[in-house]
Amino acid sequence: MANIKENIESQRLNFWERIYLPEIAKGLGLTLKQMFKPKFTRQYPEERWIPEGSYRGRPVLVQEEDGERCVACGLCSRVCPALAIEVRAGETTAEKERYPEKFEINMLRCIYCGFCEEVCPEEAIVMSKDYELVFGSQEEGILGKDKLLVPVAQLQERLEFLRQWR
Amino acid sequence: MAIPTNLLIALIQAGILVNLMLVAAAYMVLAERKIAAWIQNRVGPNRVGPWGLFQSFADVFKLYLKEDVVPAAADYRFHALAPVISIGVAITVYAIIPFSPAYVHDGVAYSLAMAPNMDIGILAVLAMTSVGVYGVALAGWSSNNKYSLLGGLRSAAQMISYELSMGLAIIGVVLVSGTLNIVEMIDKQAAYGWNVLYQPIGFILFLITALAETNRAPFDLPEAEPELVGGYHTEYSGMKFGLLYLAEYANMLASSAIMAAMYLGGWDAIPFLDDATVLGLEAGSIPMVLIGHVVFLSKAFLLVFVFIWVRWSLPRFRYDQLMNLGWKILLPISLVNVVVTGLVIFFQQYFSK
Repeated sequence: MANIKENIESQRLNFWERIYLPEIAKGLGLTLKQMFKPKFTRQYPEERWIPEGSYRGRPVLVQEEDGERCVACGLCSRVCPALAIEVRAGETTAEKERYPEKFEINMLRCIYCGFCEEVCPEEAIVMSKDYELVFGSQEEGILGKDKLLVPVAQLQERLEFLRQWR
Repeated sequence: MAIPTNLLIALIQAGILVNLMLVAAAYMVLAERKIAAWIQNRVGPNRVGPWGLFQSFADVFKLYLKEDVVPAAADYRFHALAPVISIGVAITVYAIIPFSPAYVHDGVAYSLAMAPNMDIGILAVLAMTSVGVYGVALAGWSSNNKYSLLGGLRSAAQMISYELSMGLAIIGVVLVSGTLNIVEMIDKQAAYGWNVLYQPIGFILFLITALAETNRAPFDLPEAEPELVGGYHTEYSGMKFGLLYLAEYANMLASSAIMAAMYLGGWDAIPFLDDATVLGLEAGSIPMVLIGHVVFLSKAFLLVFVFIWVRWSLPRFRYDQLMNLGWKILLPISLVNVVVTGLVIFFQQYFSK
């Protein structure tokens, strides 16, 4: 009997509580009050959520005036736990000497872990704020360079966020 | 071949009533979803039409287009019959509900209700609602699914236990009004005050039992999702499911209307006073009939709101709690209510002689 708590008078239901109806009326009063409180719903397609810089959305390649930053070192492809990234390097006469001939991210595989961004020595691949990813077929889910390249101006917030931690 | 005028009028009345009832049920589904959303600080359906007003029609359209799956081991005849019984019974009750005072023209009374002056009025309502349990029980049984069967059996047991208290609560009203005819009941209430004043306990009893009769929360055990998947309509899809769903809401409106008629004075807007003289209108004239409709329906829909409100506020009873409440609490209270009412009326008549 050790673990049975004492039945204290104040813990027992009193007469009005055992009748239930006043308590039910109280509960109904509470729900009635809730009905007139402001709503939390976001009217999604009209009213979109704009994420903070810390948000990890679709990974993209940073594009500058003279082309992409990526030097096709292949680290992102190497670190990707879901094996979503495929890089093929090509040579260029520019100062950085290498560029990705082919850069594909399979968005059906991507798990938005952000490892590619973390490992990248050139800050060339970053997570964007893009979270509306819809594909009509599996082939469409594989994004090539044409869809991955995003001008650096649009990614400033994320780049600044990353520099806080480097 | 000449169609008798009476039959033609009855057909028109039936057409209007059935359509009104179905539209009302569709909007009650929307009201339910909206009120549920408001109680949970959400917005509710608002995409189809302004404020989501056409949402129910979109739902019905979807149900029509859905494949009608009949389980391979089910008895397909009874599987198809069950929703028909449910909706048929639900519609039949509307024949008895008087929506307004009759419009009197050349000494003949016209009314939207088909048989408001039925002498056994309230008993016919009781009879019809108890047939409704066949629809649910049959739906559960013919699906050949153990969860459906449990849902159907629960519904049958629940309806039988709560029907007793409901009948006894009605006896209280019948004793007070001295008639079974619903129209006479309302006339009496218009003259002497609403029955809810004379039968407050009876009103609460009827409200609780009506919740149980229509399988609404907190007594919605026949369709308790966590235990029984979907309950008796687990194996239904397409418009058959739609009919069962519609019948539930039609029953809700019917019992609300009966409650409004029996306890809240029906179409009587001002208690204790004669509406027609207060408003300066002639009894049985068209404005009075229209006002009667508005008053009666607003009372009925207020009660529908209470039904919905209760559903989204209270948790579901456990099965033993349900039976305890029905047999050990509601039944004795309703018996005492009948005895006390009878004694009071007896002594009143005894001393007034």
